[in-house]
Amino acid sequence: MALLEVKNLEVYYGVINALKGISFEVNEGEIVTLIGANGAGKSTTMQSIVGLIPKRSGTVIFDGKDISHTPCHKIVHLGMTQVPEGRRIFQELTVYENLLMGAFSIKDTSGFKRDLDAVYTRFPRLAERKNQVAGTLSGGEQQMLAMGRAIMSHPKLLMLDEPSMGLSPLLVDQIFEIIKDIHKDGTTILLVEQNAGKSLAISDRAYVLENGSIVMNGTGAELMASETVKEAYLGG
Amino acid sequence: MITLIDGLSLGSIYALIALGYTMVYGIAKLLNFAHGDVIMVGAYAIMVTLSYSLSPWVAVVVAAILCTVLGMLIEKIAYKPLRGASPLAVLITAIGVSYFLQGAAQIIFGSQSIPVGVAWKLPAVSAINKLGVSTAAAVTLISGVIIMSILTLFIKYTKTGRAMRAVSEDRGAAMLMGVNVNGIITITFAIGSLLAAFAGMFYLLQIPNTQPTLGAMPGITAFTAAVIGGIGSIPGAMVGGILLGVVEKFCLSSPLAPYTVAIKFSLLIIILLVKPTGLLGKVSREKV
Ligand SMILES: Nc1ncnc2c1ncn2[C@@H]1O[C@H](COP(=O)(O)OP(=O)(O)O)[C@@H](O)[C@H]1O
Ligand SMILES: [Mg+2]
Repeated sequence: MALLEVKNLEVYYGVINALKGISFEVNEGEIVTLIGANGAGKSTTMQSIVGLIPKRSGTVIFDGKDISHTPCHKIVHLGMTQVPEGRRIFQELTVYENLLMGAFSIKDTSGFKRDLDAVYTRFPRLAERKNQVAGTLSGGEQQMLAMGRAIMSHPKLLMLDEPSMGLSPLLVDQIFEIIKDIHKDGTTILLVEQNAGKSLAISDRAYVLENGSIVMNGTGAELMASETVKEAYLGG
Repeated sequence: MITLIDGLSLGSIYALIALGYTMVYGIAKLLNFAHGDVIMVGAYAIMVTLSYSLSPWVAVVVAAILCTVLGMLIEKIAYKPLRGASPLAVLITAIGVSYFLQGAAQIIFGSQSIPVGVAWKLPAVSAINKLGVSTAAAVTLISGVIIMSILTLFIKYTKTGRAMRAVSEDRGAAMLMGVNVNGIITITFAIGSLLAAFAGMFYLLQIPNTQPTLGAMPGITAFTAAVIGGIGSIPGAMVGGILLGVVEKFCLSSPLAPYTVAIKFSLLIIILLVKPTGLLGKVSREKV
């Protein structure tokens, strides 16, 4: 059964039709990627699913529940957590306080220490800098903090919007390793990337978004082999 | 020295009011120009309570509760329907709320000033008064420091305080963490209005009369203080408030006394020319 099911999702910015009724799904245990050029509508998709921007029409079903009209702040409680584009960590809060914010939706605080230790073990850099104001972290560290913050909320589905954006090749590899790692621990992943090669390589399935419509889909391997995808997104 | 203590005391009144402006601005991104009038409502609440010969402590509780509830109501009735509206519409609404409160006070109590009552007075404490400091100034200063310390600890260490800082920095990201932004805005109005109630109580110790326009001058001064400190910054509001209080008292006790108001507001212009974001303010970043 699909963990996330998006049906005919339409989004407008004023008169601009940014999403023209897209449908896709993410099954439990999968890594699914949306690839597409800059401006294709990837972030719009991610943000409208969680209610950060309004939908014109369409349905979003998560874990068997219709969340099309659920307010944004209630989404995380259902087990869907998003690391937004540009990371958006709280720059003026410390690393530790950012992680506390990540656990904001968890009512039972008894597991907090264990979750915190798990994040610090996964990201030793964060442990070293836990009392530092997050705005002073490097780009790679900020991405790790954003992912650590998201993990603190125990997501069933983790949505990552361009986690590799602006990072050096070495760090990009590291981020993709971490994504695989989080997935191995039992978290379903919906990934948005312009870095199509790396993301298709770790994906079970992928969708290609072009000008607000899904124009192609298939397994990661199928899309990597496709001439169209190669030409448009994998540099020929 | 005495002037300094008087100034710090007046400054802590301004700081308490400025905190309301700055917290509401930081979190709801709106200038609540009706904030000064909440002080006025608190003052009338004290006057009315005392007129029934009830204890001043009862008056304190009545004013605190009334102002807190009033702040939350103002937010719910006037500002919440305008979420997402243009800043100009919100500003005009704020001015409207301010006139509404002043008008209501005028209809109920008339426009003349009414003495708050002899019960609203602190006893002489010879150890303090001997130094030339009034009990009112000492109590105001000490209470102000305590209240601001509690607020600082609340913002720094509680889950709600942390959520407030998160919302003020990035509302969308805070929502993704599960923060109910509407709830945080309501709490912010409640806290700001409670602080205004305290400010009103201390203000009445200095000038023991109520009047419908009583909140206007401390309100605009405290707003100036909030901007001087950097609107949105909590320590900034404290610093700005204290600074204006001290400047005011020193001006009043010098030959420059007739120019006190002009000097206070010139300070705003000078500081903004040197540092446009205010003393402790930051450049704001807009996000979804
Ligand atoms: N806030 C906005 N206002 C108006 N248009 C927007 C806004 N955000 C995005 N768009 C437009 O919507 C389209 C999709 O944007 P986006 O979802 O950010 O693309 P992607 O994440 O794939 O790069 C683009 O054409 C973009 O210009
Ligand atoms: Mg994007």
